Amino acid sequence: MATIIIEVMPKRELLDPAGKAVHRALLRDGISDINEVRIGKRFELHVDGAATDAQLATAKKIAEDLLSNGVIEDVVDIRVEGN
Amino acid sequence: MSTPRHIDSVEHAAATPEVKLPYQELGVTDSEYQEIINLLGRRPTSGELAMYSVMWSEHCSYKSSKVHLRQFGQKMTESMKKNLMVGMGQNAGVVDVGEGWAVTFKIESHNHPSYIEPFQGAATGVGGIVRDIISMGARPIGVMDALRFGAIDHPDTARVVPGVVSGISFYGNCLGLPNIGGETWFDSSYQKNPLVNALAVGVMRHEDIHLANAKGAGNKVVLFGARTGGDGIGGASILASETFGDDGRPAKRPAVQVGDPFAEKVLIECCLELFEKDLVEAIQDLGAAGISCATSELAANGDTGMVVELDKVLLRDDTLTAEEILMSESQERMMAIVKPELLERFLEVTGKWEVDTSVLGDVTDDGRLIINWHGETIVDVDPKTVAIDSPVYNRPMERPSWLDALQADTIHTRERDNTSAGVMDQIRSVLSHANLQAATWITNQYDHYVLGNTAMATPDDAGMLRVDEESGLGVALATDANGRYGQLDPRQGAALALAESYRNVASTGATPVAISDCLNYGSPENPEVMWQFAEAVTGLADACVALDVPVTGGNVSLYNQTGETPIHPTPVVATMGIIDDVARRLPSGWQDDGENIYLLGTTGLELDGSIWADAIHSHLGGMPPKVDFDHEKALAELLSSAAHEGLVTSAHDLSTGGLIQSLTEACLRRHVGARIWLSELQERDGIDTVTALFSESQGRVLVSVAREDDVKFQGLCAGRGIPVLRVGVTDATQGALDIADVGVFDLDELHSLHESRLPEAFGPLVGGRA
Amino acid sequence: MRVGVVTFPGSLDDRDALRAVRLAGHEPVALWHQEHDLHSVDAIVLPGGFSYGDYLRCGAIAARSPIMADIIDAAGKGVPVLGICNGFQILMEAGLLPGGLIGNDHGQFICRDQELVVENTDTRWTAGFQDNQHIVIPLKNGEGGYIADEETLKRVEGEGLVTFRYVGINPNGSLHDIAGLRNESGTVVGLMPHPEHAVEEGFGPDTDQAMRNGTDGLTFFTSLALEGVLR
Repeated sequence: MATIIIEVMPKRELLDPAGKAVHRALLRDGISDINEVRIGKRFELHVDGAATDAQLATAKKIAEDLLSNGVIEDVVDIRVEGN
Repeated sequence: MSTPRHIDSVEHAAATPEVKLPYQELGVTDSEYQEIINLLGRRPTSGELAMYSVMWSEHCSYKSSKVHLRQFGQKMTESMKKNLMVGMGQNAGVVDVGEGWAVTFKIESHNHPSYIEPFQGAATGVGGIVRDIISMGARPIGVMDALRFGAIDHPDTARVVPGVVSGISFYGNCLGLPNIGGETWFDSSYQKNPLVNALAVGVMRHEDIHLANAKGAGNKVVLFGARTGGDGIGGASILASETFGDDGRPAKRPAVQVGDPFAEKVLIECCLELFEKDLVEAIQDLGAAGISCATSELAANGDTGMVVELDKVLLRDDTLTAEEILMSESQERMMAIVKPELLERFLEVTGKWEVDTSVLGDVTDDGRLIINWHGETIVDVDPKTVAIDSPVYNRPMERPSWLDALQADTIHTRERDNTSAGVMDQIRSVLSHANLQAATWITNQYDHYVLGNTAMATPDDAGMLRVDEESGLGVALATDANGRYGQLDPRQGAALALAESYRNVASTGATPVAISDCLNYGSPENPEVMWQFAEAVTGLADACVALDVPVTGGNVSLYNQTGETPIHPTPVVATMGIIDDVARRLPSGWQDDGENIYLLGTTGLELDGSIWADAIHSHLGGMPPKVDFDHEKALAELLSSAAHEGLVTSAHDLSTGGLIQSLTEACLRRHVGARIWLSELQERDGIDTVTALFSESQGRVLVSVAREDDVKFQGLCAGRGIPVLRVGVTDATQGALDIADVGVFDLDELHSLHESRLPEAFGPLVGGRA
Repeated sequence: MRVGVVTFPGSLDDRDALRAVRLAGHEPVALWHQEHDLHSVDAIVLPGGFSYGDYLRCGAIAARSPIMADIIDAAGKGVPVLGICNGFQILMEAGLLPGGLIGNDHGQFICRDQELVVENTDTRWTAGFQDNQHIVIPLKNGEGGYIADEETLKRVEGEGLVTFRYVGINPNGSLHDIAGLRNESGTVVGLMPHPEHAVEEGFGPDTDQAMRNGTDGLTFFTSLALEGVLR
């Protein structure tokens, strides 16, 4: 049982309203030594046995086509755990 | 923190006339660049070029459309001006609606961003138009959206529609503004170029109107709201990366902006508190062209100058160059002019709302806009040359060579099937046409309850909002345009757009008083498109005079085309009307059993450009319907009187789809059927069954009248010379629409014909029947 | 009675709630999220909206704002609290009601006139209804799906805490069709649909009698005046 993990983040140059809201909440709580919060998404694709190269290639494709929106998001990591 | 290796200061620019800036990549033509050099007496700095390039763009400067738009002002009569408190040229026009209240409203396009990124494009479109309303000093009270997409069954439409709808839903719902109406069209003419036109409306007391003018030397220039980031400055990166070398920044900045409706909601409340406490002289929103636009427009409109320290702009991304900061279209930002002695209290209010605020500089009286960066002056211009005296083009125009053939190709010469079975089939085809479908799949995603003043909303003919809780004073708004009519005759198409939205508003019992328009056309560099545009402006300006309603403001969107093919001319007209008491509004559907149904107006053979022509024959040709403005006006007056006297229990206008569509909608609104007969109508107007049911003749409204008011109502029509004919009775018992000599439709079948297409194309209708 | 309505940044239906309070014959009092002051109100409404943008989890940040400490304290002393939509989410994040709310199962925001059954009239906010009365009030949310673990669900059902259940359709995938809950003492009530949007003829949901004439929501606010209703 392996897990392909895909991480998607909002594009660095674009506003991340969610991260900004959480950062503000931290400031209100008196936590001032954190400069920025950004919120992304983590996807887990579970496969039987070890992840194959073909499955990784598929994961890469769906990460770019479906799981992220290239106009406003970047796929920042695709990795396998449990191989 | 990266610092550009050198700064292209005014001094540097004067000393290096040989430096060639990449103006063409920024969309500036050779002659425009020369004009900038003439204005400045030297080459522009890269910062100045950034400003001129965005402010002289078609989108900001109206350089191709200005010569034509002048007609709206030139043709305006004294009578049209009587309710107009602020006209075109400001962020939005303002209309006196009585009782000391003023209403501001405006419709604007966000077409191209909505194709690139449907969700964010549509969302930020709503955000932008709402900021225009706030700038006038008004509290926003509602939004609407006029949408046009490609063919309903095209795969790309399935990408664009859900994105646009959820973007509008997300932003508008999060702002707490009721979405009260609009329209949705599907036509392959809009493939790859959807139209997303967003309208916002706001109210204020007369004394609270603010103009976005920078007045008073020594007053502070304050930027507040979201921090400035690299949003929507795709073009500006050319200046930075090519001219000054790349220092590890993104090769190309994204062309889209991300909206934060929460930030905007807080900004609205913050601005309203600033206005209420009288802490600002003026507020200008930052939209297209960002700081370039706000500084130059405020100074130009105020007949003043400004000194701005660009280093003081709070950034989200400190790799931005000066040029990028000037051009950034980051959302949810405002610029205020504040008296120095009020600055502290101003900052208290922005602090309360946790809104980032930065004092950028001062208003001056020397008529120069000066912007400093890292201790050097990078912009020194006359703000009027940036904001007002942009180039004006009298572009070549040419009546399309194909138009004569198109107009001659009438559907009226084809044989029409008037058999009962044939007519039943045609009814089914027409009712299930994509452009006659209920918008429930869309409007179910919009909050129309928030603020508690929504008296009417889709599927009623118009949206209606209460303005004054004590008196019940309210406004009604409707948007309309028919691109098919526009394609057949652009001048008439624009007049028809006004006639229909005017009639929609009148059908609620409100009196139409003003309009805003969003003119969507193809490339102005195509002489045929330019001719279509000029014709439309003339048609609309003349129609405004005939109906005595002024244009209060609006927007022009050009370059709407798929490849070389321009969209159908689409002049979206939003009409606003006033009603003394929203309790007197006329519902669009039937309510009670046994009431008489009357058709006001007459029906002619006007099937060209109709939905019927498309649904049955896939045909577009001939001439669109005629408009009789005197009749439209008399009809509106009649409906207003009938509403005032309580003589009419419902009213529903006839437009696209003709009589059958209005009958269907009137039945389905409250699930009350009717028995209809067409024989007297056909005899009086000399028409066949198909024409009676599907013609799109103008100036017609269906009303229901309680029996005890019959005589009075007929008297009212006779007195005003409005043709009136009883065509049926309501029937709350059978659950059917029964058309004599044609057939009977169960209301459930009508419902399914009327509401299935959007769910089929875009996913199940959540919650089923609304 | 003096009834407070709290405004958080991003509250949207606060004005509507203040109006509903007034139409029910009470004195409306606007409360601000940053204050530690309840202005000696007799009851509190947490209105709908998107407090702090609802970006983290709905209601999560608002539940930690200064005024919530005072409200939790007041609720403990028996001051009636009504949480509507975002207010319901805040009550759960604050631990005043059991369970949680997640995104609608169909993934869309939905606004519709929703039929509910009032299953419990032993509360300060529902005492004016008949047992099992059916009402129609607007529903509008993107994250209104009620969830709870099995044990909590069993407790909620067993102790009769379910106060409103969806009828006809379940618009957001809520477990057991749960639309609203009360606490054990019946002072705190939360629900996803919006009673404050059905308090005035002409501006509420459609009824059989006329367009937009539904005022079923008004009873929530008039119930407050009924003394001694709690067993």
